[in-house]
Amino acid sequence: MTRTQEVLQDVVIKFAGDSGDGMQLTGSQFTNNTALMGIDLATFPDFPAEIRAPQGTLAGVSGYQLRFSSDSVFTPGDECDVLVAMNAAALKANLKSIKKGGKIIVNTDGFDAKNLRLANYPEGVNPLENDSLSNYTVIKMDVTKMTREALSDITMGMKEKDRAKNMFVLGFLYWMYNRDMENTISFLKEKFGKKPDILESNIRVLRAGYNYGDTTETFTTTYKVEKAKMESGVYRSIMGNQAVSYGLIAAAQKSGLQMFLGSYPITPASDILHELSRHKAFGIKTFQAEDEIAAITSAIGAAYGGALGVTTSSGPGIALKGEAMGLAVMLEIPLVIVNIQRGGPSTGLPTKTEQSDLMQAYYGRNGECPMPVISASTPADCFDAVYEAVRIAVQHMTPVMFLSDGYIANGAEPWRFPKSEDLPAITVNFKKGLDEGEEKLQPYKRDEKLVRPWAIPGTPGLEHRIGGLEKQDGTGNISYDADNHQHMVKTRQAKVDNIADYIPLQKLDSGTATGKVLVVGWGSTYGAIKSACTELQAQGKSVAHAHLRYIRPFPKNLGEILKSYDTVLVPEINNGQLIRILRDEFFVDAKGYNKIKGVPITKGELIEEIGNYL
Amino acid sequence: MQLFYMSEVTTAPALTAKDFATDQEVRWCPGCGDYSILAQVQKVMPTLGIPKENIVIVSGIGCSSRFPYYMNTYGMHSIHGRATAIASGLKAARPELSVWVVTGDGDSLSIGGNHTIHLLRRNFDINILMFNNQIYGLTKGQYSPTSEQKKITKSTPMGSIDHPFNPLALAMGADATFVARSMDRDPKHLQEMLLRSQQHKGASFLEIYQNCNIFNDGAFEVFTEKSSKADETLFLTHGEPLVFGANKDKGVKLDGFNPVIVDLNEGHSKDDLWVHNEKDFYKAQILVRMFDDPRIAGHLPRPFGVFYETERACYEDVLQLQIDEAIGTKGVGNLDKLLRGNEVWEII
Repeated sequence: MTRTQEVLQDVVIKFAGDSGDGMQLTGSQFTNNTALMGIDLATFPDFPAEIRAPQGTLAGVSGYQLRFSSDSVFTPGDECDVLVAMNAAALKANLKSIKKGGKIIVNTDGFDAKNLRLANYPEGVNPLENDSLSNYTVIKMDVTKMTREALSDITMGMKEKDRAKNMFVLGFLYWMYNRDMENTISFLKEKFGKKPDILESNIRVLRAGYNYGDTTETFTTTYKVEKAKMESGVYRSIMGNQAVSYGLIAAAQKSGLQMFLGSYPITPASDILHELSRHKAFGIKTFQAEDEIAAITSAIGAAYGGALGVTTSSGPGIALKGEAMGLAVMLEIPLVIVNIQRGGPSTGLPTKTEQSDLMQAYYGRNGECPMPVISASTPADCFDAVYEAVRIAVQHMTPVMFLSDGYIANGAEPWRFPKSEDLPAITVNFKKGLDEGEEKLQPYKRDEKLVRPWAIPGTPGLEHRIGGLEKQDGTGNISYDADNHQHMVKTRQAKVDNIADYIPLQKLDSGTATGKVLVVGWGSTYGAIKSACTELQAQGKSVAHAHLRYIRPFPKNLGEILKSYDTVLVPEINNGQLIRILRDEFFVDAKGYNKIKGVPITKGELIEEIGNYL
Repeated sequence: MQLFYMSEVTTAPALTAKDFATDQEVRWCPGCGDYSILAQVQKVMPTLGIPKENIVIVSGIGCSSRFPYYMNTYGMHSIHGRATAIASGLKAARPELSVWVVTGDGDSLSIGGNHTIHLLRRNFDINILMFNNQIYGLTKGQYSPTSEQKKITKSTPMGSIDHPFNPLALAMGADATFVARSMDRDPKHLQEMLLRSQQHKGASFLEIYQNCNIFNDGAFEVFTEKSSKADETLFLTHGEPLVFGANKDKGVKLDGFNPVIVDLNEGHSKDDLWVHNEKDFYKAQILVRMFDDPRIAGHLPRPFGVFYETERACYEDVLQLQIDEAIGTKGVGNLDKLLRGNEVWEII
C-alpha cells in the first residue's frame, strides 16, 4: 500500500467529548508532544463548570482546542481543521466551528439512540447516516469497541476498560501526525505507576490507536508540521497558572523573601495554590484559609512579618477581599493579589473567560484607595508580569493587583524560560535600626519615591503600631486632622502615580508610530489582536497594536501614543472597561469592541471590526 | 521556642511595666474595664522574659481593639473581625514571635467568628484575649452575640431575640487547647490567667469579663462585686475540689453528668466534690456549660480559671516541619531546575 505524507503549515484540532471522557488530558498530551517537536502552538481548553455534567448532554461537552504551526502562533485558531467528537453532543456543540472541508473523527459508539436523544437530535435522525456532514471528511471509528478488544484478555471491569478510550484517539492522532509516543508513555508511567492494571490498559490502547491508523488501509495520508522558526533557545511548554506560580517562586528566590500564600479554592485560580503547595523545598508556606478574607488577611499578617505575602483568587473572591485590600493600602505593605478572572457577575460563568474585573481592580474598594494593576497577556507572559507585580509591591511598599484570566490560566504555549541569573534583581531593605537623630521609629517617614520603611517584628528598637485608621504622615499616629487626611489621600495617590517613573515606556507590539487605527488591548486578547494586526499590516493597512501590561499607573508615554492615530480601538471581553479608564485619563474618543460570550475574541472578528475604521 | 525565650532572659535587660507603655493618650471612657486589663497586661509582659521586639499584638475593630496603640511592642490595629486571621498568617511566617490577639465579643464571635474557630482548631501558638462586655460599645450600644436574650438595646427596643453564644463552649467545640476565663476586676487572677495563656504552647482562648460602664454597666456585677462574688463565682484550681461561697461551705459535685450544688455543712464533705482536672476533656465540656443566668433561682456559680488545657501540635511547627522534610528528601529548591522542567526542546 502506498502512503503519502503531506506537509502542512498550520493545523487546528479540537478534542471534544463528555466531561468524563478525558478530553483535557488527551489535548494536553498532544500539546506537550507538539511542543517537544519544536512546533509553535496555542491552546484553548473549554469545559463545563460541573465536574460530571449529565452524561451525553450538550451541557456536559468538554473541549480542548489546539493550534500548531511551523509559523508563529498567537491564537488557538478561529476554526478547526479537525474535530474529534466522542459522542453526538460533542459533534453538535462544535459543528459550527469546523472549517468547510475539515475532518471529523467520530466515535460511532457515541452515536447510538440514547446519545442522539441526549444531544437533542430528533427521533430517527443520525448525522452520521444522513448527508448533513457532506461538507466534511468523516472518519468513523468504533473507539469503544476497539478499546475493549485491545483489552479483551485483561481482567478489568467494562467501565474501567472504557476509561482508556481517549488513549485510542490520541494514539490514532499520533499516527496521523507522524509523532513519537514516548512522552505520553512516560507520562502514563508517572501517573499510573502505582496502578499497574490501569497503566497497562492505557499504554495498550494508546498503541492500538496508533496501529489502527498504521494498518487500516482506509487511511492513506499522514501529515507533518515542520518545526517553527522561533527564536533560538531552549523551550518548554507552560500553562498560565503554572507560569504565575513559577514567577512568584522566582521573585521570592531573587528577593530573598520567604513566600507566604494565603488562598481559598476557587475556579480558575486553584491550580496556583496546588502548584505552589508542591514546592515546599523552596521554603514556600501555603495556607488554605477558611475563606477568602482569611486568605488575604493571613497574607497581610505574613507581609507585616517580612514575608512576601500573596493571595490568589478569582472575581467573587476578590470582592470578598475588598476591605482587606484597603487595609493593605493603608498599611502601605507589600502584597500581591492575583485575580484569575472568570465570567461574572456573582458566580457567573466559573469556567469561562472574561476580562470584566478591571473596574473592580481599579476602583473596587471603599475610600480613595489606589493600587497598582498589572496584567498578563499570554500564558508565558504570566511569569514576567507577576514577577513585575512582586517587584513593584516590594519596592514601593504597596499591594499590587495582578490580572490574568481563565483563558490564559488554562492555555499553554512554548516558553523560552529564563536563566535565574538573568532575572532582574529585587532588592529588599528591611529597616535595621533607628536613623541617626531618630528617637523612635517614624513608620510613615517616606523616601524620595514616597515609600515608607519596612520595619519587621523582631527588630529591636523599631517597635511600632500601624493600622487601618487614618494616620499622621511620618509618625503613623492616629490622626483625624482634616488637612492631614487630605495630605495622606494625595500622598497615597502620588506614591502609586510615581511608579510610572519606575516602569518601562509603552511600546508598540506592531505597526508604525502614527496611522489610521491603533488597537489597544490588555490581557488575553493579545494573540487575537496581534494576529489580526499583523495580517492587516501585511496587506499594507495602517494599523498598529499596543498591549498594556501596566494599567495602573499607565506608562508615561501612553497618552502621547493614543493621540497619534485617527482611531483608537479597544477590544475587550467585557462591556467596556479599559476604554472608560482611557477616556477618563486621556480624553480620547476611543471606540470599543466588546464580546462577552465567555470565549476569546477571534482574529477574524477583529479583522472585520478594524476594517470598519480603515 | 520556649528555650529560645529562656536564653533571651539572661541577656535582655530587666523590663518593667512602664517599658510597655506608649506615649499615646489612652482613650477609653473613664471607668472602662479595659484600663485594668491594659494595666495587668503591662504588668505581666515584663515577667515573660520575651524581648519586646518579639511581641506582636494584633487587634480588629472595637473598643478593645485600640489596645495595640497603648503597648510599646509591635502591633497592628486591623479591620473588623480579622485579627485572628492576620495573626495566623504572621505566626505561620514568623513562628518565633510571641503573637497576641486582642479582640471583643463582636469582633471575635460575630463578624470574625469564622476565623476564631479556625485559629483554635489549627492550634497556632497564639494568645487570644477576648474582652467580653456583652455589648457593641464603639458603635454605641447594640446587642452583641453574647448579650443575654430579651436585652433592650438601641437595635432591640423590644428586647433581643438572639440566643447568646457561650464563648467557652464554642472554643471547646472548636477543639481549643487552652480555655480559660477571668475578669477585669480581679487583677491578680487576671495576671495569673495571662501568664498561663502565654505559658501554654498552642492556641489560648482567654475570655475576660469586662465592664462597659457606658452601654452595659454592671453586666457582670454579681461576679465582680464583693457582696456577691464569693457566692456567684467558682474559682478553679487544678487538683482541687470545686468549693465556693463566702464561707467556703458550698461545693459542686457531679450527679451523673449534671453538676449540682451541695452544702458542705449538711451531710457532704469535700471528698464528695468534683475535683477539677484541667486535662479532662469530657468534664471540661460540662464545666463550660455551667453558664446559668444568675437571675434564675437555684443557678450554678460561674466558673473562672483554666477550664481545659491539652497539648496538640501547632500549625506553624508542622508547616515548617513539612518544609524541612521536603528539603530533606529533595534538597533545597533549585530555581533553574524548576523553570526547565522535565521536557524541553532546543531551537537552533
